[in-house]
Amino acid sequence: MTSVRSQVRQRRPARVAGPVPAWLLGLVPAAFLLVFFGWPVARILAKGASARGLEQLGRPRLWRVVEFTLLQAVLSTVLTLVVAFPGAYVLNRYAVPGRRVLLALVTVPFVLPTVVVGLAFRALLPASWIGSLGVILLAHVFFNYPVVVRVVGGLWGQLDPRYVQAARTLGASPWQAFRTVTWPLLRPAVLAATALVFLFTFTSFGVVVVLGGPGTTTLEVEIYRRTAELLDLPGAAVLAVLQLVLLGSVLLVSARLQAGEAVAQRLRAPSAQALLRPRSPRQLALLGSVLATVVVLLGAPLAALVVRSVRVRGGWGLAFWRALGSVDAGTTRFAAPLDSVRVSLQYAVVTAIFSVLIGGLAACAVAYAGKAGRVLDVAAMLPLGTSAVTVGFGLLIAFARPPLDLRGSWIMVPLAHTLVAVPLVLRTVLPVLRSIDPRLRQVAATLGAPPLRAWATVDLPLLRRALAVGAGFAFAVSLGEFGATAFLARSDTPTLPVQVVRLLSRPGEIPYGAAMALATILMVVTAAAVLGAEALQGRQQGRQQGHQ
Amino acid sequence: MNATEALKVHGVTVKYGDRTVLDGVDLEVGPDEVVALLGPSGSGKSTLLQVIAGLQRPDSGRVTWAGADLTAVAPHLRGFGLVFQDALLFPHLDVAGNIGYGLRVTDGQRPTQSQLADQVGELLDLVELPGYGDRAVATLSGGEAQRVALARALAPAPRLLLLDEPFGALDRELRDRLAVDVRALLHRVGTPAVHVTHDLAEAELVGDRLVRLAELARPV
Repeated sequence: MTSVRSQVRQRRPARVAGPVPAWLLGLVPAAFLLVFFGWPVARILAKGASARGLEQLGRPRLWRVVEFTLLQAVLSTVLTLVVAFPGAYVLNRYAVPGRRVLLALVTVPFVLPTVVVGLAFRALLPASWIGSLGVILLAHVFFNYPVVVRVVGGLWGQLDPRYVQAARTLGASPWQAFRTVTWPLLRPAVLAATALVFLFTFTSFGVVVVLGGPGTTTLEVEIYRRTAELLDLPGAAVLAVLQLVLLGSVLLVSARLQAGEAVAQRLRAPSAQALLRPRSPRQLALLGSVLATVVVLLGAPLAALVVRSVRVRGGWGLAFWRALGSVDAGTTRFAAPLDSVRVSLQYAVVTAIFSVLIGGLAACAVAYAGKAGRVLDVAAMLPLGTSAVTVGFGLLIAFARPPLDLRGSWIMVPLAHTLVAVPLVLRTVLPVLRSIDPRLRQVAATLGAPPLRAWATVDLPLLRRALAVGAGFAFAVSLGEFGATAFLARSDTPTLPVQVVRLLSRPGEIPYGAAMALATILMVVTAAAVLGAEALQGRQQGRQQGHQ
Repeated sequence: MNATEALKVHGVTVKYGDRTVLDGVDLEVGPDEVVALLGPSGSGKSTLLQVIAGLQRPDSGRVTWAGADLTAVAPHLRGFGLVFQDALLFPHLDVAGNIGYGLRVTDGQRPTQSQLADQVGELLDLVELPGYGDRAVATLSGGEAQRVALARALAPAPRLLLLDEPFGALDRELRDRLAVDVRALLHRVGTPAVHVTHDLAEAELVGDRLVRLAELARPV
């Protein structure tokens, strides 16, 4: 989401000299990426290029899956843009009481684990709908509504309202002013949001696992099915390669389009005075429809999830919640479903530590290294643009034999989560690191501090909060991650999302209700972690602005 | 119809929350008169222009033109041009695109490409920037940008021009030169204008008549 702003204010930060050689700092993150991302992807490519793998390309079923994956991604993207566009406008331009709280709440669906989103819609809609294209589209709109509100609305809220005023005094009607001024200025953000939503829906896994049916399978689910159910590794590899190629070309095209769009424009921090007070019937109707969308589309599924977890036959009760604690209700022989909470929290803590170490080192290397740093910057972002299923599948086939046989090792799960979380830590820490005035360290040096000590006493304290925020995001990512974890979690210690899906696949009323209860726990813990990190980040930005 | 005044502002009051920005302001502008409106920053000068242009709805009071009430008329139907302090040229259009904007969006018959080019050329001559048509707006200096903004506002032939501290962001020397130019220009095209500034010298240079905002309003 920062990409939009950096396009608008193209200010390349000057290179800052670090306390130790940059290559030394970059060594650990680079090695980590090479071993746990580069090598697995190479293994996938090698497996996919084999004769048995290439045979798959002739099968009609494969192309049906590709076709459906593209179709649902395009439809989801268009639908999300249409539904969320009014919200992007109203929530960023209207003076609505409690606007900031509303904006924060609207963000919640995006940070929820995909499995929770899927379950929320299962709780809300009649069972006969499950497996249809419509349900998948609905869940994707729910999940990506915040992306459009944040990316498009973020720019819209900062657009100087006087551009439109200038157009109006030159004779443009409201619609003409939108078409000839607002829309061209918003287009970079619309393109960025389109690319993001397409990326997320094209690689959708958790939602489709929970809500899809036989005819509604995406490439991601098919890769998983081939691996886990059919043990057809070459077939899965070919699909993963196909997926990488398709994703890569989409990202390339969107980068091209966005590069041509950058227009330097005047942005304005939204002040209370610039916000519009809705007065006319049309404005009030627009406001009402946006608020109704937020309540119905975003609120109803989550409410349904909680309600279903306490709705037992003939009334209300905690039977499903109690079942979480009993071994009989579980999917392993030794532990109750609730045990997955402990497992997930442990993985999340390990992931947070790994991610802060690797992401923090990477941020320092990128900030202090100049040109070579940009290579590491891009390389570290790659796992985020790759599908989670590919990350998990790659790790599975790359470390299944010597020299590094990690089959069945618990470390595989936090390793995969770290790959996904490092980009977030990097994006959180890097801007703060670059904003620290290097002369502060020079002052420390003139006071007698050796380089490392100067860094540890000047830069590190200023970075501490950004690192904590990054740790919070990594923690949340680990809790909700499902695509890679589905391949790597050990059968006796499932994580929260894996346990939820396993419960769902068991027959009977108790496992189904227990899945709802467990998903409720997952929703609350994840939302708390992300909102906590965001609040911390907000305080940090406030403090920095206060300093300047 | 009253021949002695074109624009009339009656008792306009604007409040932002608890803060009263304009309190019962009256103002009259004659059919070919340039009024310089003087007031310190934060005194609500810009807000008054926004009310006249129709961009801000007053909490009470009326705006009339030749006796006809405009208070409920949308800004694009008022025929009042507005020049902002910081030019505010559309960044996605070049200089010609900016100047031609008001000619292209008006209802009724649209000019052909060659008519448009001719008119833009004339306007560029008028503000003494001949041949600037295909320049990108980001390459203009502050003074040039302000001249283009003036040409853009004049293009749809407004019946009244509102200038909101148009030279506020420029340095002293450039400001004086532009003030002389604008005065000559306004008299040449014969458009009545309200020129807002906090600078007494500039107000005396541009205006036929000088009005202090503080005298128009009840004290806040």
